This record gives sequence, C-alpha cells and structure tokens, in this order.
Amino acid sequence: MTAIRRQDRAGYLFLLPWFGGMVFMIVPFFASLYLAFTDYDLLTAPTWAGLDNFRRMFDDAKLHQSLKVTIIYTVVSVPLSLIVALAVAMVLDRGVRGLAIYRSVYYLPSLLAGSVAIVMLWRYIFGYNGIVNDFLSWFGIQGPGWASDPRYALSTLILLHIWTFGSPMVIFLAGLRQIPAMYYEAASMDGASGWRQFRSITLPLLSPIIFFNLVQALIASFQTFTQGYVISNGTGGPGESTLFYNLYLYQKGFAEFDMGYASALAWLLLVIIAGFTAVNFLAARFWVFYDN
Amino acid sequence: MTLTMTRDTSVEPPVDQPPPKRRRPRFLRHVLLSAVGVLMMYPLLWMISSSLKPSNTVFTDESLWPAVVDLGNYARGWTALSEPFEIYLVNSLVIVILSIIGNLLSCSLAAYAFARLRFTGRKLFFAMMLGTMMLPGHVLVVPQYVMFDRLEWLNTYYPLLVPHFLATNGFYIFLMVQFMRSLPQELDDAARIDGCGPFRTFWKVIMPLCLPAFATTAIFTFISVWNEFFGPLLYLTDPELYTVPLALRQFMDSEGQSQWGEMFAMSFLSLAPVIGFFIAGQKYLVKGIATTGLR
Repeated sequence: MTAIRRQDRAGYLFLLPWFGGMVFMIVPFFASLYLAFTDYDLLTAPTWAGLDNFRRMFDDAKLHQSLKVTIIYTVVSVPLSLIVALAVAMVLDRGVRGLAIYRSVYYLPSLLAGSVAIVMLWRYIFGYNGIVNDFLSWFGIQGPGWASDPRYALSTLILLHIWTFGSPMVIFLAGLRQIPAMYYEAASMDGASGWRQFRSITLPLLSPIIFFNLVQALIASFQTFTQGYVISNGTGGPGESTLFYNLYLYQKGFAEFDMGYASALAWLLLVIIAGFTAVNFLAARFWVFYDN
Repeated sequence: MTLTMTRDTSVEPPVDQPPPKRRRPRFLRHVLLSAVGVLMMYPLLWMISSSLKPSNTVFTDESLWPAVVDLGNYARGWTALSEPFEIYLVNSLVIVILSIIGNLLSCSLAAYAFARLRFTGRKLFFAMMLGTMMLPGHVLVVPQYVMFDRLEWLNTYYPLLVPHFLATNGFYIFLMVQFMRSLPQELDDAARIDGCGPFRTFWKVIMPLCLPAFATTAIFTFISVWNEFFGPLLYLTDPELYTVPLALRQFMDSEGQSQWGEMFAMSFLSLAPVIGFFIAGQKYLVKGIATTGLR
C-alpha cells in the first residue's frame, strides 16, 4: 500500500510543472467561455451581456469577410499543398540520387515561411517592381502590384502556403517507405498500370498519413495570423482581402479592447474548427484504410 | 501508422537511398527536381542578392548576381530601427535559450512520469495532454492576456517564457514519451536495485540516454520561438524589449523604397540562424527521429 502511494507521489511530483501548465490552459479555457457572454474592456469588470455578442455576429460584415478570407485560404491552399507534397514525395521515392539534398532544399522553406522576414519578402516579390513582374515583363506583360491588389493579395499568400509543401512531403516520404516494394512488383506482374497502382496500392496504404496531414493542416490554417498581419501591416488590407479571422479577433480584442466580443469570436472559430475536424473524421471512414 | 510515426518523421526519414522501385529516364527527373529546387530557393536567393545591391541599383539591376556588391545595407540596416540591431538579437537569443531550457526540463519531467512511472490517473492525464495538443491556442489568448495583465507581466518576458517552463507544449512531451518507452525497462529496474529513487534514475540513467530526443526538442523550440510573432506582438510594447521579428516589422512603417536593401539585409540576418540550425541539426534530427518514430 505504501509502495503504491510512494509511486503516486513520485508521479505527481514529476508532473508538477505540467499541472501548473494545465492551470494556465484550463482556467483561461473556461474564462474565455464566460467572457464570451459578457461586455468587457479590461479596465472595468465584465458585465453580463447574455447572447448579445453572438447576435452582433449576424450583422458584422467584417466578421463575414474574415470568415470568407479564412475559409477560401484554407480550402484552396491546404489541398493544393498536400497534392504537391504527395506528387513530389512520389517522384523522390523512386530512388533518386541526391535525395537528401532535394529533401533539404524542399523542406527548408517550411521552417522559414512563418517568419516576418519571409512574409515581408513576399510583399516585395509580388510587388509592382517585384521579381514576378520582372519575369512577366520578358513576355511583354505588365502585371499589377499583386500583393497590393485586393483581387490577388490572398492568392499570393496561398502561394506562400504552397511554398511550404516540404513538411508534409517529408512525412509522405516516410510513409511511402513503409509500403513493401513487393506490392508494386506483384501489381506490375499482373499488368497494373502506374495510375492503377497509385489508386490501389499507394493511396489506400498512405491514407492514414494523408488524413493526419489534412487534419493538422486544416487546424493550423484556420489560425493563420502572421501572414495576414505582415502582408497588410496589421490592417487586413488591401480592401480587407487578407483579413484573416485571427487578425480580426486580434483587432477586436487588442486594438479596440472589445474583449467580450473577441472571446465570442474565439469560440465561434473553435466551433468551426471542431466542425471541420469532425466532418473530416466522419468522412475518413469512407476513404482512410487502416491495415493492421 | 501511429501518430508518432507520422509526426516525428516530419523531419527526416532514416534511410537515405531505398532500392529503386522502377527505372525511368533519370536525367529528365533530375532536371525537373532541380527546377523545382531553384524555384523554391529563388525567393531566398533574391533576398540575399538584393541585400547586397547598393540602394540605387535595386531596381535597375535585375540580375541575381549583383553588378556591384555593397555591404552598406548591413551597416545601415543595423542602426536603421529604433534600437541598434544587436539589442533585438540579444533579446531574441535570451528568450530562445530560456525557452529551450524550460521545454527540456519541464517536458522531460512530465514525459518520464508518463513513460516510466505508475500512478493513479496516469491514463487520464495522458489523454488530457493529448487533448491540449489539438486545442487551438487562440481560444486562450484573451483570458491569458487578462491574467498576465493582473500579474503585471505585460511588457515583460514572463508571458513568453513561463509557459515553456510549465510543459504546455504536448508535442515535445509526446516525442519524449515515445523515446523513453523505447528504452529497456531493465535500466530502471537495475537502478532501483542499486538504490536509486525515481529522481536519481531520471537524472542519472534516463536523461543521458534521451539526448537525441532533447536535441530534436531544442531545434524545434529554437525555430518556433525565434520566428514567433504573435506572442511578442501582444505582450511587448517597449522597443527595447522587442524581439527580431517585431523589430523587422518596423521596416514596414517607414516604407520608403530607399530602405529595401536594408530591410532585406536585416531579414536575411534574422533567417540565417534558422538556416544554420537546420543545416547543423539535421544529423541530430535524423537520430532523434529514427529512434523515436520508426522502429
């Protein structure tokens, strides 16, 4: 009996910092749910506002715009970057000399893309005098200032997202290694085409990894902040075209100190993310294949 | 296919040259792969090249190789912002080093408990830990800000550092748990027979064996903290406390075309440590991940 208790005590002692960390997460988690139903400006105590914050959402055009921006960004850039990642991983998986170098070169941008330096660089690459327009001018085309044109600004950030395909690629590459070569050999002997092998061997056996990447990328993409902030210098412009959801939440909470509303916004996004993730898990039953 | 395997291999699969599955025209493939590689690297190369061009030729000199190399951008950029650049570099470095120490200590303690000790509630706590890995951070931001305000921690480094000492990043705990589970249980048993309590076993036996997992944690922490923008933006208002990303952002406020070169120079300086860590750390990453993720 005492031996068990001593084990308990040791376990809890080791977990002491982690328990502290959980307090840092669990208390704010419920506090933010409470604040979502209040009016709060940080200076005076929160006052109960019932569902007011949620009613406001229906008429908040900027919120609708931020939802649109975030969803378009996610729905376009996540699948595109995963497809590129898978395609490149499959080419690399066929035994390429210098694989390590290619892998490093493709992976490095993923480590840098979240930095302020790269997003600022993007602004200039896609600026009026940037290299993209330099390139187009060889063909006699004068492009617009892509990053400062409301029609194209978000697309430049989608390209930035695709530029980071290296990190899912490395994961796919590791997954492809796990597929026994004899499956392909057997399929070739039976005369299966390359496409057929991809559909019937690669895709099903890789599906748990594709699924994992998809869930991770969706959750991360909904929370995009730095890219929108830096490309527009904090405004979400031009013309609210890069007003990501979290950027709007930041403006409400920490520029206007409308913290009750910001908390309600945070919970709406949490519900949206949970919804997308749940749909993903439900859909997974139809396409994710677990080979035990 | 476990969570670990997919997650950990995000850096390096362990084997470098698998037997070719099929033979195709190799030359064409290399041309294609190199083209993609050049496209991927071009933005970085352009940044470096622009940082070396004298201000008056940034527009006129379109080639990647500067006609005239001028390091003046680095000298001017260093002092172009409200504080000299070394202040920002030191600030970032201090935060990064303390964050690494915090993550290594707190996460390894938690990981040892989850991986090696039996105690009531272990499974429940472990599930909670996995749950926090999925929790989007933005939900916590407003109350945490209020809390840090009440503690009078705004405009200090505490909000950025303390969470790292409290094992709030489940990914690193998970990584270390997987690693510790792969070590033979006999090590603990032998240590116990020799009279070691759990703390000495942890410190003398398990910790030294976990160096590859620690290296992985350190490198990931370095890169993510070095690049972090949202936290410093939220909590730091005094320019003397700014980190490198916050400092760089100031270039956007004074947006004259004359400052292009200076901005690129300082931008490149800010990325160089990450690139350096990536190149130097690859070996450790491979080791850590090969032992953690793939059997």
